[in-house]
Amino acid sequence: MITMTRETLFNLAMMAALILFPLWAWLADEPFMITLATKAVILALAGVGLNIALGLGGLVSLGHAAFFGIGGYAMGILASHAQNYTPLIETPFLIEGTKSMPVIWLVAVICSGLAALAIGALSLRTSGVYFIMITLAFGQMLFFFTISWPAYGGEDGLSIYVRNGFPGLNTLDPIQFYGICFALLALVLFFAARLARSPFGLALNAARQTAERVETVGISPYKLRLTAFVVSGMITGLAGALFADLNRFISPTMFSWQTSGEIMIFVIIGGVARLFGPVVGAVIFIALEHLLGGLSDYWHIYLGVLLLLIVLFARGGVIGTLTGREVAHD
Amino acid sequence: MSMILLAEQVLNGLQLGVMLFVMAAGLTLVFGVMGLINLAHGSLFMIGAFAAAAVAGATGSFLLALAAALAASAAVGALVEVVVIRRLYNRDHLDQVLATFALILIFSEGTRWLFGSFPLFLNIPPYLAGPVSLPGGIEYPMYRLTLIAVGLLIALGLFLLISRTRLGIQIRAGENDREMIAALGVDISRLYTIVFAIGAGLAGLAGALVGAIQSVQVGMGEPVLILAFVVIVIGGIGSIKGALIAALLVGLTDTLGGVLLPALFKQFMEASAATSVGSSLASMAIYILMAVVLIWRPTGLFGARG
Amino acid sequence: MTDPMMTDPVLETRGISKTFGALQASKDISLTLMPGEIHALIGPNGAGKSTLIKQIAGGLRPDAGQVFLQGREVTGLDTPARARLGLGRTFQISALAMEDTVLQNAVLGALGASGRPFRFWRAALGDKDLRARAQDALERVGLQEHAATRTAELSHGQRRQLEVAVALTLRPKAFVMDEPMAGLGTGGSLRLTGFLDGLRAEAPILLVEHDMDAVFALADRISVLVYGEVIATGTVEEIRANPDVRSAYLGDEA
Repeated sequence: MITMTRETLFNLAMMAALILFPLWAWLADEPFMITLATKAVILALAGVGLNIALGLGGLVSLGHAAFFGIGGYAMGILASHAQNYTPLIETPFLIEGTKSMPVIWLVAVICSGLAALAIGALSLRTSGVYFIMITLAFGQMLFFFTISWPAYGGEDGLSIYVRNGFPGLNTLDPIQFYGICFALLALVLFFAARLARSPFGLALNAARQTAERVETVGISPYKLRLTAFVVSGMITGLAGALFADLNRFISPTMFSWQTSGEIMIFVIIGGVARLFGPVVGAVIFIALEHLLGGLSDYWHIYLGVLLLLIVLFARGGVIGTLTGREVAHD
Repeated sequence: MSMILLAEQVLNGLQLGVMLFVMAAGLTLVFGVMGLINLAHGSLFMIGAFAAAAVAGATGSFLLALAAALAASAAVGALVEVVVIRRLYNRDHLDQVLATFALILIFSEGTRWLFGSFPLFLNIPPYLAGPVSLPGGIEYPMYRLTLIAVGLLIALGLFLLISRTRLGIQIRAGENDREMIAALGVDISRLYTIVFAIGAGLAGLAGALVGAIQSVQVGMGEPVLILAFVVIVIGGIGSIKGALIAALLVGLTDTLGGVLLPALFKQFMEASAATSVGSSLASMAIYILMAVVLIWRPTGLFGARG
Repeated sequence: MTDPMMTDPVLETRGISKTFGALQASKDISLTLMPGEIHALIGPNGAGKSTLIKQIAGGLRPDAGQVFLQGREVTGLDTPARARLGLGRTFQISALAMEDTVLQNAVLGALGASGRPFRFWRAALGDKDLRARAQDALERVGLQEHAATRTAELSHGQRRQLEVAVALTLRPKAFVMDEPMAGLGTGGSLRLTGFLDGLRAEAPILLVEHDMDAVFALADRISVLVYGEVIATGTVEEIRANPDVRSAYLGDEA
């Protein structure tokens, strides 16, 4: 129980840092630091999404870039139609673009959820290494689709000139946009914490350990996993919409397998199946990218070595190593 | 559409297919025997291409370049197996994915550091350059035809290796029962290193062969890796026969889809829209093929039934 | 026990057959499990007991024949559906969530029984009904003291008890138990024998067991499975006296 409180304390300290650091950057007039923090928070959100499938459900999805990208393209498509004053669809009924964040978020979450339903329904028919390869392949399918689909920039991607709006806030102000992203992360973390303890979370977590048992108490592991996959995809899709808004740019890179790999990397660096694992991992990832990227053009080598060491020698990730409670995995 | 164009596309599909097979064979062997999913297989493809380009640049000999590709990638494969991979056999798939992903990062950036970001070029040797006339008035590049032949020869060699040799017997035994082959007195860790090095060498050879018809650059391995995954998912993991059939299926679907789908949509759509819809769909064709196979048989065409 | 001929069976297989390649694992197997009885299934290793259990519980579809639960055909249903209709199963090798606590494992059973696992907000352990049902089952097998223990830290015998407890939370109409005594010491075996003896009044038990003392102490009827075929079904005395059984099976052990 003592290590539990240590982890909780650690989590609280992390939340405090995520409030204090951007505040400092704002007061010190360092907008670039705020942007870095925003990027970390958005990637953390994507990771929290993946962690529901990966950590709780044991589903090693290498295709979460698909949902990240769909969220991003939902934003890009809606906003580009709004900025060009062209309707999205005219028949059978008129749908216009929008620059309103809440509407964009809703569309991003619904679209990525539907995609996760389709991809999950197929991929979850298999397990183990098949599942890994198939999710990777579906992510790649959407990557190639966006490259060859000329309507929204194809290979070159698409710029959105003005950040989308949120009622009552000036989203162009970095600290206000950060506030929006942080609030969403906090909300989703709260939801993820509830989910992990809920009946659904208990059953999903059990299905990861022993699917046979879950079946014999009358619960279908397939339905549990599919639900987890959809929820996971929706959250990652929301992060994709925010990421697109941060950069005011979308491109097929959002769908690339490297994006899937990176989201998985920082979930692992932080500590898989831990509530704050993705948050810690994303912060470390962004910090490394900033610090090492400044030192050397080849910082991915260091990242690779760090990841290799963590996998081979420190399976609990950073949180596990600091708070000393290993999550057993076999 | 002319029959000649169609025949050319079929040949292109075969060429892509056999090269995918050479990639996929190593992956599926390593998974079948050691139970390891290796994302860094694409890096070995890249290493082969770079080794070939470097040696061809220095010596001007294409054959030496191929030998260098084979040797370099097999040696790197053996080294990686001994240093990293063998620690992963008893880990879960997640650890294998992450560690081999880390290897991709290291190899990609390491190669960029050694060779720079600009693509290298590997020239087709003069005796294989130029078109060759086939029956039916088809002019087809000699080099691509050679690739098809080489790929099929490699496939034949692999089948012979696995069905006729002592090593093949050990590999087949390793797929079925690891403890049994240890009991038979086979040095398992040596067997694993050899199998991994064979897979790595094949990937490197494929990289060098394909490197001559595209540019040699960092990141060239991963798209091929993912196609090879699609191949072994369709063929059934661990099955060499499945890999061959699936590789040809994927190669043909990809190239023919790119030609036939836009043509199909032109039957009932305006030309430019048909081209864009058709080519978008064609880019997804092999994944749709994979989805269909999975609905029908979740463990692939020749996979062990679950 | 009531006369088995006068009532309908709770669980029944009719003519189940299953082949794997050249191996016939089940040959036209017809069994009944009557209310209030313990029906033991014995046979040498490789006789096809596990294959039969899987076909009854839902993991494996028979090539021919049918399975009935309370008169309803369940042959085409998957494992979760059969569990929801009242089939409680325990495994030969404990299938438990090892990282979770004992209580969490039992709550999982209660959750399955509640039929509403897709709830995302309120804490599972905070749900009074689930908790009460889980604790009740733990108490019955004597694990209430260990509710907060991580399952991985339980002894082998305690894991066997938890297996039974999880099945109890379902309040099933019929139990299918696959070697519940496996790996238990004499003391543990005796205690579980006593417990199962009382359990049959709640729901009948199809018991696969190697522990012959337990089988002879508990079984109302015994079926002997050899090479995928039921060669005899009868009371303990009938089976002991049966010459075929003696030569095919008991003879090996005596």
